[in-house]
Amino acid sequence: MSLQAPIASDHQLTRLLQIGVVLEEVVEARSHKHAQASDEPLDPAVAELLDHAVAESADHRQRLERLVEELNADTVPFDDIETLVEAQYETDEEFDGILYDQLCNEETAYKFYDDLIEAIETSEVEFSIDRERLLTVLKEIREEEAEGVEDVTELMEDHG
Amino acid sequence: MNTQAQYLKAIYLVQDQSDGPASTGDVADLLDVSPASANEMIGKLEDRGLLEHEKYKGVDLTDKGIKQARDALQNYCIIERFLVEVLEVEEFRTEAKQLEGVIDETVAERLDTIIDREPQCPDCFSAEEDVCGLLETEAEVISD
Repeated sequence: MSLQAPIASDHQLTRLLQIGVVLEEVVEARSHKHAQASDEPLDPAVAELLDHAVAESADHRQRLERLVEELNADTVPFDDIETLVEAQYETDEEFDGILYDQLCNEETAYKFYDDLIEAIETSEVEFSIDRERLLTVLKEIREEEAEGVEDVTELMEDHG
Repeated sequence: MNTQAQYLKAIYLVQDQSDGPASTGDVADLLDVSPASANEMIGKLEDRGLLEHEKYKGVDLTDKGIKQARDALQNYCIIERFLVEVLEVEEFRTEAKQLEGVIDETVAERLDTIIDREPQCPDCFSAEEDVCGLLETEAEVISD
């Protein structure tokens, strides 16, 4: 057991980026599932939010995948994660449940990137990937997640 | 998981193994930190009402401390299980320990939506084996 939070190797960095890819895949698959699973037509604002979440997660995932590729590693294919999400998905999602789940998605992703950035910044390891570029990508994604939290919160308040 | 959570989890596991108070030396060994560092943190946790420390006897988690320790252990179980089931990592014990300081509980909860975890978690965690007792069997099957 180690109390060291900073990332000590390329291997650990790769693993965390792979986890980031899976998190994005979970968001993408769950958002897609929410949009499909509802019996009632979705509120247009919610439908738009879910569409945006699907597209944004796919974009984040691809950006992370390029970083993982540079580190000479693979990521878990989206289809595999979609299958796992399908297997565990609760079908009786209510409207508030969908928005709440989206909020959890965005907040979780923000927290993940925030912790990852901090761990990279406090690490003294020289990674085989350019550190500045790595941090730029992660900070851009973190910013978009923060905007996502705001968007969902606003929508929840409008419907509250 | 923050440092406090990692300490609480370690104390919980040492208490589980010794079936009584945890010695600060054993806690320091498990966390691979100096006894002085362990003592300092234990003092802070005592101030926060998470444990009681009696000299020459050891450390006893309070109910509040036990609850937080079990949450931390559950997060750790999620990380181990996620590494095995989703990323198919062979050295999952080692990697889970490296990752637990960076994976927050909210992130662990999301990873939990795609893994199979038994309802009795974290009671099935084996302190001696340092892994979920039920996951061990599955991991062996995967490596076969």
